[in-house]
Amino acid sequence: MTRVVIVDDHAMFRAGVRAELAGAVEVVAEAEDVPTAVAAVREHQPDVVLLDVHLPGGGGVEVMRQVGATGTRFLALSVSDAAEDVIGTIRGGARGYVTKTITGPELVAAITRVADGDAVFSPRLAGFVLDAFAGSIEIAAVDEDLDRLTEREREVMRLIARGYAYKEVARELFISIKTVETHMSSVLRKLQLSSRHELTRWASDRRLL
Amino acid sequence: MSTTAPLQPRRATRDTTDQYLGGVAAGLARHLGLPVLWVRLFFLLSTVLGGLGVGLYAGLWVMLPSEARFTDEPPGLASATRTGRRPGRVRRMADVGPLIALFALGAGLILAAETVFGRGALFWPIALGLVGVALIWRQLDEAQRDRWLDTTGRIDPLGSLLGHGSGAAYLRLFAGGALILSGLVFYALRSGDLGPAREVLVAGVLGVLGLAIALGPWVWRMATDLTDERAERVRSQERADVAAHLHDSVLQTLALIQKNADDPATVSRLARAQERDLRSWLFTGESAGGESLGAALRAIAAQAEQDHVVAVDVVTVGDTPLTELVEPVVHAAREAVTNSAKHAGTGKVDVYAETTATLVEIFVKDRGVGFDPAAVGADRHGLRGSVVGRMARHGGTAEIRSTPGAGTEIVLRMPLDQEETP
Repeated sequence: MTRVVIVDDHAMFRAGVRAELAGAVEVVAEAEDVPTAVAAVREHQPDVVLLDVHLPGGGGVEVMRQVGATGTRFLALSVSDAAEDVIGTIRGGARGYVTKTITGPELVAAITRVADGDAVFSPRLAGFVLDAFAGSIEIAAVDEDLDRLTEREREVMRLIARGYAYKEVARELFISIKTVETHMSSVLRKLQLSSRHELTRWASDRRLL
Repeated sequence: MSTTAPLQPRRATRDTTDQYLGGVAAGLARHLGLPVLWVRLFFLLSTVLGGLGVGLYAGLWVMLPSEARFTDEPPGLASATRTGRRPGRVRRMADVGPLIALFALGAGLILAAETVFGRGALFWPIALGLVGVALIWRQLDEAQRDRWLDTTGRIDPLGSLLGHGSGAAYLRLFAGGALILSGLVFYALRSGDLGPAREVLVAGVLGVLGLAIALGPWVWRMATDLTDERAERVRSQERADVAAHLHDSVLQTLALIQKNADDPATVSRLARAQERDLRSWLFTGESAGGESLGAALRAIAAQAEQDHVVAVDVVTVGDTPLTELVEPVVHAAREAVTNSAKHAGTGKVDVYAETTATLVEIFVKDRGVGFDPAAVGADRHGLRGSVVGRMARHGGTAEIRSTPGAGTEIVLRMPLDQEETP
């Protein structure tokens, strides 16, 4: 069973999530701020950390920074839909981003997906990604432009933004779910590593760089 | 996308988030639309070539206001920033690289200049003194930033110098003072006589002490008065804002929820609408019903959620002002959303709008009962007339993809004339 640590500064919310996850995943610890979160992750080495974005002590990004390279994967969970927060957290190392209104079964599915090493994009996050990479239609003709989205990745992002589930994306594009997941992971990688072009400009306009 | 705003003179500011010294170069670069590195290089080079750069930089540092961007954030984000629940700017090692290179270049040039022009007796004392002054000014900037972030609204004179008084603050002040002092001493040693230097120093210290005694109490009183007034103003404004908003939204909704306590559908609809409202107020600063396509779609979503038991999620990429070309798309989208909300039978509709320079595309998707588009009776005007017909009349297209049992997706496309969106 997937081992999960819940990090959030609202005790009531932690309790709610714990109740929703009961039976589907194993919640090994909870934490309420950056230091306790870092300690909990170091001690329990969970598969997935459900990470609040706004957290006393510097935010969820700070937790990921202090924990450093580890087998643990992070799934960001927040009430904030602000582009700064969403993209900032993803660039900080989170494997996905869901808002707190997500339903229990959807959250369990997202956790499982992240635990398997895949990326989780909500429609809104996909929208931000498209916004950030806007102008990427003329795809990488030169090697230098590698951190643009390929046409296929853009297609996948657009379908996610339109509210398609992974399964539906696969059917729409006549590819396997595994291929969809590969595209998502590579978009995530580009988002985290990208240092050029539109994304950089978009990010610096929003003070993410 | 570009919107036409009334012409406002742009003011250059110092960029205190991207600074090595005072953020002058970064601010100037943004103002002029040049790469920061160029501006920095200009200052360094003009410094070496006769010291003009130092003068310019110092002058701009004093004249340019530092940018107060903290006030622009929506209340939720601002509050999270103030209480340290969001990360600040992280400076990576890579950022320092160009500076080190520039510094090495600058130092080399200085040395070269020295060998050519000879070592002036004044050069090093002045250089040391300038670095010292720059360090202290830098600390004052830092302290100003802290004051903006300060929630208590108190100004104490020492705090206005030290900020939150981290180790770096003391170090900066101390190093700055030491550098200025050693500049003076250096000068004295160069001129070969300690006597005048000591006298200058004593006279300087006495002067400062005298000023402090004469003006100290007055400055202190000013600071206290300012503190009280500012704290009071800030507090009352913030309270008024929050109270007004809570009254208009949350309180009304809670009252409605109590009245409808035995109707779960209504309660969840009210809660959902309130959540959307509060979230956008707190975090995104985006308003419904404004003059852009995105705002119009959000307004449509809010309306649909109010009228039907449904959650409508709107995601937009790019945006465009509501021109005559875009209006019909908005109307068609409203019809499509209403149709899905009414007939799909699920609780959720996804709206996705993508705007490029040449095309507006809107996708309205639900996972409801679906229908056979070919079998819709001729008397059903909703989709055929208001969506397909309307789009066709205005030069766009509408596509309805629906399978019974698998949901419906309506795709609206409207090509944008380049001249229509300047």
